[in-house]
Amino acid sequence: MRTLLRVLIGLATVLLWAGTPAVARDQLIIGATQFPSTLHPSIDSMLAKSYVLGLTQRPFTTYDQNWELVCLLCTELPTIENGKAKIEDLPPGFKRDPGTTFCKSADPVLAAKGMAVTYTIQPNATWGDGTPVTTDDVMFTYEVGKNEKSGFSNSELYRRIVKIDVLDKKTFTIHGDRVDFGYNGINDFQLIPAHLERAAFADPAEYHNRTLYNTDPTNPGLWFGPYRIASIEPGTQIVLEANPTWWGEKPQIKRIVVKTVENTSALEANLLSGAIDYIAGENGLSIDEAIAFEQRHRDAYDVLYKPVLFFEHLTPNHDDPALGDKRVRQALLYALDREALSQQLFGGRQPVADTTVSPLDWIHTDDVRKYGHDPAQAAALLDAAGWKLGSDGLRHDTAGKPLTFELMTTAGDRTRELVEQVLQSQWKAIGVDVRIKNEPARVLFGETISKRKFTGLTLFAWLSSPENVPHTTLHSTMVPTEANGWAGQNYADYRNPELDDLMDCIEIELDRGKREQLWHRLQAIYAEDLPDLPLYFRAQAFIMPKWLKGVRPTGHQYLSTLWAEQWRIEE
Amino acid sequence: MTRFILQRLGETLVVLLVMSFVIYGLIGLMPGDPIDLMLTADPKLTAADVARLKALQGLDQPLIHRYLAWLAAAIQGDFGYSRLQSLPVWQVLTPRLWNTVLLMGISLVIALAIAIPAGVHAAARPGSLADNIINLSAFAGMSVPLFWLAILLIMLFSVHLRILPASGTATVGVHSLADRALYLIMPVLSLTLVTVGSQLRYVRSAMTEVLRQDFIRTAAAKGVSRRRLLYGHALRNAMIPFVTVLALDFGTLFSGALIVEQIFAYLGMGKTIFDAIMGNDFNLAMVGLLLSTAVVLLSNLVADLAYAWLDPRITYR
Repeated sequence: MRTLLRVLIGLATVLLWAGTPAVARDQLIIGATQFPSTLHPSIDSMLAKSYVLGLTQRPFTTYDQNWELVCLLCTELPTIENGKAKIEDLPPGFKRDPGTTFCKSADPVLAAKGMAVTYTIQPNATWGDGTPVTTDDVMFTYEVGKNEKSGFSNSELYRRIVKIDVLDKKTFTIHGDRVDFGYNGINDFQLIPAHLERAAFADPAEYHNRTLYNTDPTNPGLWFGPYRIASIEPGTQIVLEANPTWWGEKPQIKRIVVKTVENTSALEANLLSGAIDYIAGENGLSIDEAIAFEQRHRDAYDVLYKPVLFFEHLTPNHDDPALGDKRVRQALLYALDREALSQQLFGGRQPVADTTVSPLDWIHTDDVRKYGHDPAQAAALLDAAGWKLGSDGLRHDTAGKPLTFELMTTAGDRTRELVEQVLQSQWKAIGVDVRIKNEPARVLFGETISKRKFTGLTLFAWLSSPENVPHTTLHSTMVPTEANGWAGQNYADYRNPELDDLMDCIEIELDRGKREQLWHRLQAIYAEDLPDLPLYFRAQAFIMPKWLKGVRPTGHQYLSTLWAEQWRIEE
Repeated sequence: MTRFILQRLGETLVVLLVMSFVIYGLIGLMPGDPIDLMLTADPKLTAADVARLKALQGLDQPLIHRYLAWLAAAIQGDFGYSRLQSLPVWQVLTPRLWNTVLLMGISLVIALAIAIPAGVHAAARPGSLADNIINLSAFAGMSVPLFWLAILLIMLFSVHLRILPASGTATVGVHSLADRALYLIMPVLSLTLVTVGSQLRYVRSAMTEVLRQDFIRTAAAKGVSRRRLLYGHALRNAMIPFVTVLALDFGTLFSGALIVEQIFAYLGMGKTIFDAIMGNDFNLAMVGLLLSTAVVLLSNLVADLAYAWLDPRITYR
């Protein structure tokens, strides 16, 4: 027995010694719920990947925390005013993508114009192996991006480029195929190193497998941000260390570890145990989990909430005769108490949405039809639409058909399932019967929504960037069909010629004041017509230790890590 | 015996071939392929992009053609790339298989080390205080939800006592056996606690049955010591049904490992297969599922061989 006791005491001592966390304040361990499938900047789009890449490289341009377009890899944002952007004629015989529409009220001459935009790469920008970042990399990235076999997921950007002229090792001009207010934003043109990746691109069809981003991701020459990848444990963690060749402000934190813990309860426990320091808002706890966490641990952690461009909404299928009727959609929205829903479930952190445009966006207007909680108005609209309240408590049309819908969302998403129940009960109060039918995310998004197989309403969210024209989600040419390979995201099958043209006109309007007016009109039509039923803008919760300062959430799809060199440790 | 083993191995190969077809078909018939999922995530994809990406990944081909192409490549040892990890499938699976084998192996050994003596002890003294305590503990272990137990262990050992790491497989930059062992303690403990209960019950039940047999009474009458009677005579006979249950239970242990791996962020096969199926990673899911099928089949073969060792009357021809 004594021997056994000795062994146990010895084991406990070893465990205590080995388990004591080391105090190393030059390191930050970030907890996240997803691990990136690849670290290639242009293959696969994934939030977890963007988060890590924000630390390791820089796009030419991006939206900052004030939602302004800024230069990161370029020296100065090209504009018409500073002469670095010009409207020019398109090459003779040039043809845009079939199906491209053009603003009807605009000068038709503009339809035959493109734009030349000149960028200069930061003079000291250098890959992690010491090779300068040059226009060779720009041309190589363009070559790979426009090659159909390369596996780049977003080839639209490259298709819109007519050609690129190299002016010198650091300066180049992109000739775009249209006049577009976002002419100087090339946020998704993510450079890849020509000197390392050219060999992998020898066989373009095999490039997505052979790229060094997958086969040798710790190669320093792949990265040119404030950090470079030091080691990867696939599925578990990525270790990043300060990049000695980084040209910008020297980061104070020497090492960042992005650790994946998919289960959010375990993620919280990891935070409390000190195994991780910080839970990133972009890829961490849901808002209700964060609120509950804050109530218990507000003394030990700072919790920062940021409303983001995650537009949570209900997409109705307009093919359904009832949901195709604007009055029914308006009635459904009047019946909901979205303010109370946000207050009760999310502590009021998720602002109620009137349209797709966030109140944080400069183009937002409050001068649109509002849908406060008004069951009487909802009932009146349904009466007017021919849906009368029957003795069974449900509304029926003249043929006796009850007003009933299927409501779908992602199965297993606790928050959405809770919201569904609130919606169901509030609609029941006005005589609308809703049956909940949820599906796993891969089925819902991969089949039911993308192939328009839902019959009633679906609850999900869009993530976008500031001043994002909702062309793919609202334009009538963007309805997914078998004929177009199910491309486009106008799942509702909403068709409004005025809104179509308005979006086409916004895209080519370079004058900010005039564009603002067009945006206001778009929001007014949206709020009146309700192609979707807006619910709220989701918020993200950043749970930080008291000693971590300088993290500034952006609230859009370009993430806080793009400014990680400004993060600091203040004990 | 050799002939029997070879025959069973041959049967295993046939089962794996059939399973490969079934698994490929089932995954292929699941709605939503990777490009369909990409469509909802990337608003700028056009019809041409969709067609291009589907062709690039071979998703424009009929399912049977894709399966035959996969099979032909697999026979030549090329199991393809993982779509989710962007690495060759074996490169993804090898370390994870090892991690799971380690997790399941250690859990199994500890569970058996507890279940067998405790089950024998309980069966030898039915209705005693010890039997009641052992039974109660077994039922408690069987009824505790694994995910809850795992979180509870993290809260106790990592959050309050701070003596064990909360999750992962090793400390960043540390490559020692002691470090790996530290990370294994809680996953192993969770899996052991929830599996030991049922094993203990099986041992107790089998032993109770055997202890009623005539040969036990005869052996006792001949003056065989109690220890030898229990462990030398009774246990060997009780192990035959227990080994069957254990072999069948291997699949359950595998699914338990999935939950443990998920909560402790422990990189193993269960979690990898689950993610591969949900993420439509054909190659990874295929090889992962076939590997786990092979493990279950082989564990049954081992169980069959164990029968012959446990009971000399059983011979294989």
